[in-house]
Amino acid sequence: MSSTRVTLAGVELKNPVMTASGTFGSGTEYSEFYDLSALGAVVTKGVANVPWPGNPTPRIAETRGGMLNAIGLQNPGVDVLIERDLPFLKQYDTRVIVNVCGRTVEDYCEVAERLSEEPVDLLEINVSCPNVKEGGIAFGQNPKALEAITREVKKHARQPIILKLSPNVTDITEMAKAAEAGGADVLSLINTITGMKIDIHRRIFAIANKTGGMSGPAVKPVAVRMVYQTAQAVKLPIVGMGGICTFEDAMEFILAGATAVAVGTANFANPYAAKEVAEGIERYLEEAHVEDIRELIGAVR
Amino acid sequence: MKHIEYAVVAEQREIASGIYSLWLETERIAKEANPGQFLSLYSGDGSRMLPRPISVCETDRERGRLRLVYRVAGKGTEEFSRLQKGEKLEILGPLGNGFPLKKKKAFLIGGGIGIPPMVQLAKELKTQAEIQIIAGYRDELFLTKELKAEGPLYIATEDGSAGTKGTVLDVIREQGLCADLIYACGPKPMLRAVKAYAEERGVECYLSMEERMACGIGACLACVCQSTEVDRHSQVKNKRVCKDGPVFLSTEVEL
Repeated sequence: MSSTRVTLAGVELKNPVMTASGTFGSGTEYSEFYDLSALGAVVTKGVANVPWPGNPTPRIAETRGGMLNAIGLQNPGVDVLIERDLPFLKQYDTRVIVNVCGRTVEDYCEVAERLSEEPVDLLEINVSCPNVKEGGIAFGQNPKALEAITREVKKHARQPIILKLSPNVTDITEMAKAAEAGGADVLSLINTITGMKIDIHRRIFAIANKTGGMSGPAVKPVAVRMVYQTAQAVKLPIVGMGGICTFEDAMEFILAGATAVAVGTANFANPYAAKEVAEGIERYLEEAHVEDIRELIGAVR
Repeated sequence: MKHIEYAVVAEQREIASGIYSLWLETERIAKEANPGQFLSLYSGDGSRMLPRPISVCETDRERGRLRLVYRVAGKGTEEFSRLQKGEKLEILGPLGNGFPLKKKKAFLIGGGIGIPPMVQLAKELKTQAEIQIIAGYRDELFLTKELKAEGPLYIATEDGSAGTKGTVLDVIREQGLCADLIYACGPKPMLRAVKAYAEERGVECYLSMEERMACGIGACLACVCQSTEVDRHSQVKNKRVCKDGPVFLSTEVEL
């Protein structure tokens, strides 16, 4: 049998498939459909030091081959995550990655510290949410700010950290290098691409926030390109995401240089999507007689 | 329990301009769906990623069939409206919490495309409670035969072409109707008015809310509504329409 195991900063995943933050809650709702142990990791929705109410509705709009969202990082705060969601996830044989958000550097560090003794394998630092006024993307569009926040969070985090990068930059490799210089252990990309949709009948913006983050299969070629470029630019392992719906999509990211992949918007179109991607990768390896998936990471140059 | 099924179209027809009635044969969903619950309908076109939430109009549990009555509002619902008998449709359900069935003299108030869920609610309530159905339309009527079969039906139309000219509350006032419990589903201005009406009189009132949804199961936090108190799950004054609702006690939510 082919090996699907991959390693991110010393953390071994049984397979390279995880969920994209914000599309999977903390897994509770999807556990009604399948055993979460089928996944390499579950990535939680972004969590801050205190509860955040998020943006006004409508928060989403469908676009051709994708969607826009501006949820605004609504979250119940790290205390509730620790009391309610982490014990739930601990029941499963899967890795737990907590997505961390904040308005200030101190907010991020506080969350990282609160999680230091908890059953969490990796932290994903969200410096790329396009839908909040403070924090989020503000740290992810300036290489100096990105390097500084990475360095600061790294001091407070016990677990290895993943820096989640924004595609809304001129050169994503510059950001990747800044995160690497700041001490990031892993990079994940891409977060959503800032977009807009207008309702021509009512002559208003389709979502209350005016702009939203675009995701879904329509963004996949952009994401694959950025993963490839980033893999050429830095030595860090990469979690690739952006429109993955099938194992074929996932394999493109892996061949472009991603060590792991995340399934996001596809969970909405098919609650079994992440599990099916993991199964599909296994089948693909068997059929292609590839003994170890690691042979294929970045194999297309 | 939620199920994903490929339901088979048993019958579909347009019952008013742009309003379609779709009977589906399902394995389990029809047997388990309660009034006020909804289904996610998946498009067969991969470029449309998000399921469309449609509430259950009627169920025939014995035959394993359920009926959806929906308005064509865009490309997704247009695709569903073209489905022919025997074709398959991927659905997820039943979703959300429906209307609690209580033994009290009740108003069942539906407005526009919020009328359909009142059919099954009336069917299930009429054996245990006195019901009065109030339906508000813009102009064209639909489902009146089904509703009349379940209880007294009072109609309001915006243009006065049938029943009382005005809103559902106008017909209630004009006819001097009263109730100890209200169930309502319809557009936000109607729900807002019904909530105020109920709360002025101290009448228990359940509202079925609507919001644009993505996952339909409570994970993505797209379809929130404002709650009066901090919600236990969200830890903020937001409740998930798809999972905590779509039916809420009127005093729980802000409109």
